[in-house]
Amino acid sequence: MIGREQVLHVAKLARLRLDDHEVEAMSRELSSILDHVEKIGELDLDDVEPTSHVVSLENVLRPDDPRDSWPRERMLERAPDAGDDGFRVPTPGR
Amino acid sequence: MTDPLSLTGAQAADAIKAGEISAAELFDFYRDRAAGDKLGIYLWVADSPGVASGTPLAGVPLAVKDLFCIEGVPSTAASRILEGYRPPYTATSVRRLVESGAAVLGKTNMDEFAMGSSNENSGYGPVRNPWDTDRVPGGSSGGSAAAVAAGVAPWAIGTDTGGSIRQPAALCGVVGLKPTYGTVSRYGMIAFASSLDQCGPLTRDVTDAALLYRHMIGRDTCDSTSLEHPESIALPTAEGLDGITFGVPPELTSDGIEAGVRDVFEQTLRRVEELGGNLEEVALPHSGHGLAAYYVLAPAEASANLARYDGVRYGSRAGNGDLVSMYEQTRHDGFGAEVKRRIMLGTYALSSGYYEAYYGRAQRVRTKIADDFRAAFERVDMILTPTSPTVAFRLGERTDDPLSMYMSDALTVPMSLAGIPAISIPGGLSDGLPVGVQIAAPAFGENRILDAAHALERAIGFEGVPRDG
Repeated sequence: MIGREQVLHVAKLARLRLDDHEVEAMSRELSSILDHVEKIGELDLDDVEPTSHVVSLENVLRPDDPRDSWPRERMLERAPDAGDDGFRVPTPGR
Repeated sequence: MTDPLSLTGAQAADAIKAGEISAAELFDFYRDRAAGDKLGIYLWVADSPGVASGTPLAGVPLAVKDLFCIEGVPSTAASRILEGYRPPYTATSVRRLVESGAAVLGKTNMDEFAMGSSNENSGYGPVRNPWDTDRVPGGSSGGSAAAVAAGVAPWAIGTDTGGSIRQPAALCGVVGLKPTYGTVSRYGMIAFASSLDQCGPLTRDVTDAALLYRHMIGRDTCDSTSLEHPESIALPTAEGLDGITFGVPPELTSDGIEAGVRDVFEQTLRRVEELGGNLEEVALPHSGHGLAAYYVLAPAEASANLARYDGVRYGSRAGNGDLVSMYEQTRHDGFGAEVKRRIMLGTYALSSGYYEAYYGRAQRVRTKIADDFRAAFERVDMILTPTSPTVAFRLGERTDDPLSMYMSDALTVPMSLAGIPAISIPGGLSDGLPVGVQIAAPAFGENRILDAAHALERAIGFEGVPRDG
C-alpha cells in the first residue's frame, strides 16, 4: 500500500506538484498496479543476468574532430524565456 | 480515373509512375479527406506536399504519428506540455521516407507520450474507431491506425513500445509491423522508454508495410543503438506456408482472451494448415510475467526521459515562484493523468530501497522472457498469437481502472521485451469488429514475417470496410 506521505515523497523526487485529489487517486492506483507488478517476486531469479538492452551494445566512438553544433539563437528560439544568450530561469531560492 | 481511395500505398505509387494520377492530385485528395476528418485523427494537416515526389514512393502522402519531430511542424506527442512546439530538426525515419518520395500529409493523434492503449490519454481529445465511433481505436498509435482504416491516409507510421503499433492495428483492422529493436533509428522520436521504443508502418496490406519498412531502416550515427539490418527488405510474394512451423504458446492464446477473438484465431490456425504450414505447441513460461516487468521497466525509463520537460528550454512554463516550484507547476499543468501516473510509478521503482526489488527483478524477468523465445525458436520458425485479448472496447470503459487498460497489451509486451519483430494482420471480424493476429519471429526475421503474413492475408481475404470510413 502506497500511502499519502509516500506519494508526496515520490512526487517531490519527480518534481511534480499534485493536487489533493490527485494524491488520493495516485495512492489507490499505484497500490493496485504494484500489487500486480509484485507477481515478479514469485520467480526464482537468483542466477539470472539482468537485460538492460536487447541489442548487444558496444561503445560507439568517433574521431575527436571539432564540428559545428546547433546555432545558439536557433536553440533559444523555443525557450519559454530567453535572454543574455541563455535560458532565463527563476531564482533557485535559498 | 481510378478511385484514389481504392489504391494501397504501393498501388498509388505505381499509378503515379504510370501517369494515371498525379502526385499533386493524390495529395489534394487526401488532404481534403484529412481536413474533413470527424474522428479526431489529425492534430495537424499539411497545406502542401513539401519537397517530396521522388521515387520510389512517388509522392504518396504519409500520415505521421505526432511522436515524430518534423522541422518546423507542430510536434507535441499529444501533450499539452509541448503545445506549439516546432522542432528544429526532423526524425531520421521520417527524413528517410521523405527522401524516398513520401509526402508528409499530417500528424496523427495518439496517447500522450505514447502512454496508453486507447488513445483516450491524448491532451487533445480521443480518436474514435472508424468501425464504431463509440469505441476506441486502440493506442498509442490510435490516430495512425484509424487514419489508414478510415481512408484519410493511404498509409502511416507509428511507434511501438509495448504494443502501440500492433494493438491499434488489430482494433482498426489494418496491418501493423513492429520491427526488430534497433533496425530503425529512434533519432527525433520523442522518447518514452528508450530500450523498447521502435517505429514502424501501419498500412492497408502487408506489401505496403514491407515497402515503408524497406525505406525506414539503417544505421544512423545520431542513434547509437541503431544497427544495419543484415538483409535488404523484399516485397513479399509467398502464397503458401509449406515447410514453415508456427509455434502456438498456450500462455498467450488462452487465458483472458474473449471468445470472439479466440474463434478468429482458431480459424487462422486452420488456414495456416490449409496453406501447408505446421502447428506446434510451444511454451513461453515467463510470458505471463511480461506485463508486470514491462510496467516497471517502461515507467522507470519514462520517468528519466520525461525529466527534460521542466519549462526551461522548450515547451510550456507555469508558476511564479522559485525554480523548483516553476518545475513542479509546469509539470503539474502540462502532463495528463496517465503520464503523471507513470512518472510516479517509475520514480518509485527507481527510488532508494526499491530499486532491486522492482527494477532489478524486472530486468531479470526480461532476460527470462528473451530466453523463452530463444528456446522456442530452436523448435519453430515463428510464433502465432492473437494481437489483443479483446476487440475494440467502448470509450470510457477502462479509463477508471489503469490495470484493466494495461491488460490490453498482455499479448504484445513479451515481444517488445525480447526486442523481436512482430506483425499484426486482420484475421477476421467478431460481431462486426476487427480481430488481429500476431506473427513474431527471431530478431531480423522481418522478411520471413512479411512473407508468411502475405500468404495468410491472401487466404484470409479480409475485406471489411468500416461503417464510418
